[in-house]
Amino acid sequence: MGERLTIGVDVGGTNTDAVLLRGREVLAMHKAPTSPDVGTGIVQAIRDVLEQSRVPASGVAAVMIGTTHFTNAFVEGKHLNRVGIVRLAAPATLAVRPLADWPDHLLSVVGGSAEIIEGGYNYDGRPVNALNPDELRKVVRSFREAGVGAVAVSSVFAPVNASQEEAAAELLRAELPGVPFTLSGQIGRIGLIERENAAIMNSALLGMAERVVSSFRSALAGLGIQAPFFVSQNDGTLLDPDTVAKFPVLTFASGPTNSMRGAAFLSGAGEALVMDIGGTTTDVGALVNGFPRESSIAVDIGGVRTNFRMPDILSIGLGGGSHVVAEGGRVRVGPRSVGYRILTEALVFGGSQLTATDIAVAAGYADIGDRDRVKHLDRKLVAAAVDEIHRLAEEALDRMKTSAAAARVILVGGGSVLINRELRGVSELTVPKQAGVANAIGAAIAQVSGEVDRIFAYDTMGRDTALRTAREEAERNAVAAGAAASSVNIVDVEELPLQYLTGGAVRVRVKAVGDLELKGAA
Amino acid sequence: MKVGLEHVEDLARGAAILGTGGGGDPYIGTLMLRQAIRDHGPVDLVGVETLKDDDFAVPFAMMGAPTVLVEKIPNGNEMVAALRALERYKREEAKAVLCAEIGGINALLPLVLAARCGLPVVDGDGMGRAFPQLQMVTYHIFGVPAAPMVMTDEYSNSVLFECANSFDAERLGRNLVVAMGGGSNICLYPMHGRDAKRSMVRETITLALGLGRTIREARRSSGDPFGAVLEFLRTTPYYQHCRVLFEGKTVDLLRETKAGWALGRVVIEGTGSCLGRRLDVQFQNEHLVAREGDRVRTIVPDLIAMMDSATAEPITTEGLKYGQRIKVLGISAAPIMRSEAALEVFGPQAFGLSDPFTPVEALNPA
Repeated sequence: MGERLTIGVDVGGTNTDAVLLRGREVLAMHKAPTSPDVGTGIVQAIRDVLEQSRVPASGVAAVMIGTTHFTNAFVEGKHLNRVGIVRLAAPATLAVRPLADWPDHLLSVVGGSAEIIEGGYNYDGRPVNALNPDELRKVVRSFREAGVGAVAVSSVFAPVNASQEEAAAELLRAELPGVPFTLSGQIGRIGLIERENAAIMNSALLGMAERVVSSFRSALAGLGIQAPFFVSQNDGTLLDPDTVAKFPVLTFASGPTNSMRGAAFLSGAGEALVMDIGGTTTDVGALVNGFPRESSIAVDIGGVRTNFRMPDILSIGLGGGSHVVAEGGRVRVGPRSVGYRILTEALVFGGSQLTATDIAVAAGYADIGDRDRVKHLDRKLVAAAVDEIHRLAEEALDRMKTSAAAARVILVGGGSVLINRELRGVSELTVPKQAGVANAIGAAIAQVSGEVDRIFAYDTMGRDTALRTAREEAERNAVAAGAAASSVNIVDVEELPLQYLTGGAVRVRVKAVGDLELKGAA
Repeated sequence: MKVGLEHVEDLARGAAILGTGGGGDPYIGTLMLRQAIRDHGPVDLVGVETLKDDDFAVPFAMMGAPTVLVEKIPNGNEMVAALRALERYKREEAKAVLCAEIGGINALLPLVLAARCGLPVVDGDGMGRAFPQLQMVTYHIFGVPAAPMVMTDEYSNSVLFECANSFDAERLGRNLVVAMGGGSNICLYPMHGRDAKRSMVRETITLALGLGRTIREARRSSGDPFGAVLEFLRTTPYYQHCRVLFEGKTVDLLRETKAGWALGRVVIEGTGSCLGRRLDVQFQNEHLVAREGDRVRTIVPDLIAMMDSATAEPITTEGLKYGQRIKVLGISAAPIMRSEAALEVFGPQAFGLSDPFTPVEALNPA
């Protein structure tokens, strides 16, 4: 296993990065601007790392790809399906119709056919109503007439009981052959509207996901790579191509996640904060058991509220291009930034805007551009700006901590030169050598996971039995997703008792992770 | 005034602040109210003085777990069914809907019912904040009984309670909520105009709207939302004694759940002007008491509101986590909520605290 050759590719909005690993060793890396045609960029990146390391395409055991493709397509409302939406819930939930809060530009592309029909469950699994197949059949036929590209099915408390959504799926397969669908219980969590939104988003992307996956597949085939490929999802684990084609939303926000996973790998840290300083912003995330901590609040994507898992990332306006302004005896750094224009607008590059990078050069700890151009800067101003940069970094780190103890911090990103002295509340600061391609490394080393998010009745089944049931189910889900059974570990357990309600109902979330089992390619 | 689509977000944000950490996330309420206004038009908001003494008026609320409400959203008919059942039993026709709890999601739901029935909502409520139990309202304090009370579920199954007192209504109702799937629609404390006039905490819907609007406008003008909030509160009849008690970050958080209560405490370590100090806030769904060392800074029924120190977004006890930058506000409760009779029902001792009630303005002289 240790000698296995894997390729990680991260296709970002700006750059496409790639690495080739032998076990844990980085043999080659590549960084180039992202091509308008994603497939071409991936081919170039992979060809480059293969050539650098003189490894034949046939020697590669697996290729892992991270992409922002699906997020961008959704936010921009491009290449989306019109979705038929059916909610199994009546008589409950009629007071909030599907797509209630969607922005107009997405509604006009995705919306049009939405029905609430009989069905749904209570928190304890008792049905709200039985599913009425005749009613569902009628709705499905109306979808066919409307010519929807995909269908989304939601149901009240589907995470507690998925039977009705599954029965609806069976009917859809029979009545609408060839039209893809999403069941809300497969991707979302407790919170009907947010979970239904996630299912609709996913369905909107289904046709495109199929095309993107096949373009990846043919790109790899063109390179002569026979090995399986995987796509990274936003919890730092992998999806096989068939699953991505079915659940493209699971790739949302995989970029920052891969970056954090790469940082964890490069530093060997399991529990640490990762600070990624770019040109305009600094992203801080927390690693827990080597994985990004998840956000516990609802997340808006393109103006649509959802609740599927996303990494908990804090972004602040500090970067290499941040404006530095003296104001009434105080020095402000950011949030305005020259961004990618830093190469022309910063003082050290002959521009006229004082930036955080200029301060780092003037203070003598960074060697970028022309140092003479910042010689004239007032020493006091430089010192105050250096203080402010470190204060901002310290505060961002502190906000992401889960306890008062000093934390280990891994620093990545091009703006990491801004930091040159000890940070308060930090026990150890690591700047890994290959930090520039941390995201591609994060993709290459990804594992597979399984999850459970359900409400258990502690007073009837007991806490121990409930937790054991949840753990076992999460482990089974991880194995079903492709993990080698012997490698599966529980990485997260969360218990949230239901408030204002007697009866000991507790919502339990468990996550299991394991190494990818590559059959025949060890 | 008419409450229209443009007011929904302001009302929700104001209500979340007055929820003092509890009362449930108003988000689903905003979706319900928007749909109700789209389908039935804006809602008339009237002063309690416009009610005639003999006008029949009924408060509405939902009881149960917010976690259930975000899944099993009401259909709206069951709200109407609760009102109709009570009207039939009392042989009177409601002239207005009242609000029982301005803190959290129950601030919005009476407007949903009112929109559907074409009735006005009276500007005010029975708490001026959020509380966890049915008897913790001024209606009870002023001798209006909770029952007859009707609870309905999504099938409009209706259960009518006749109870010896409001405490029994709470106990029996709480058990029915479980049988109804964890969330019930309730019409309770049926009363007449004359009772509403003497027992209501007046104008709290307008106050919540104003709070929400103040924050929205302060954010848009990139001004200081806290300065604006304090300035606004000082112009109000009840909340005029208000202080930023503390600013800092959460450094410790303890939670446990007992019989449906989310109990716990959060420790906030001072930053800025509070550097070197610590504030300890104890909660039971809602915030109960804020202490600095042995010194009580604010205690129930006065309001303790926690807000994000940059955006002034209210933070619920469920949303608390380590490392949040928080400003804590202490706000005076309405005078009718500080009477001896009121304190017996929802003062510190009703929550098992031994400290006496002392008004926030006495604890924190200007």
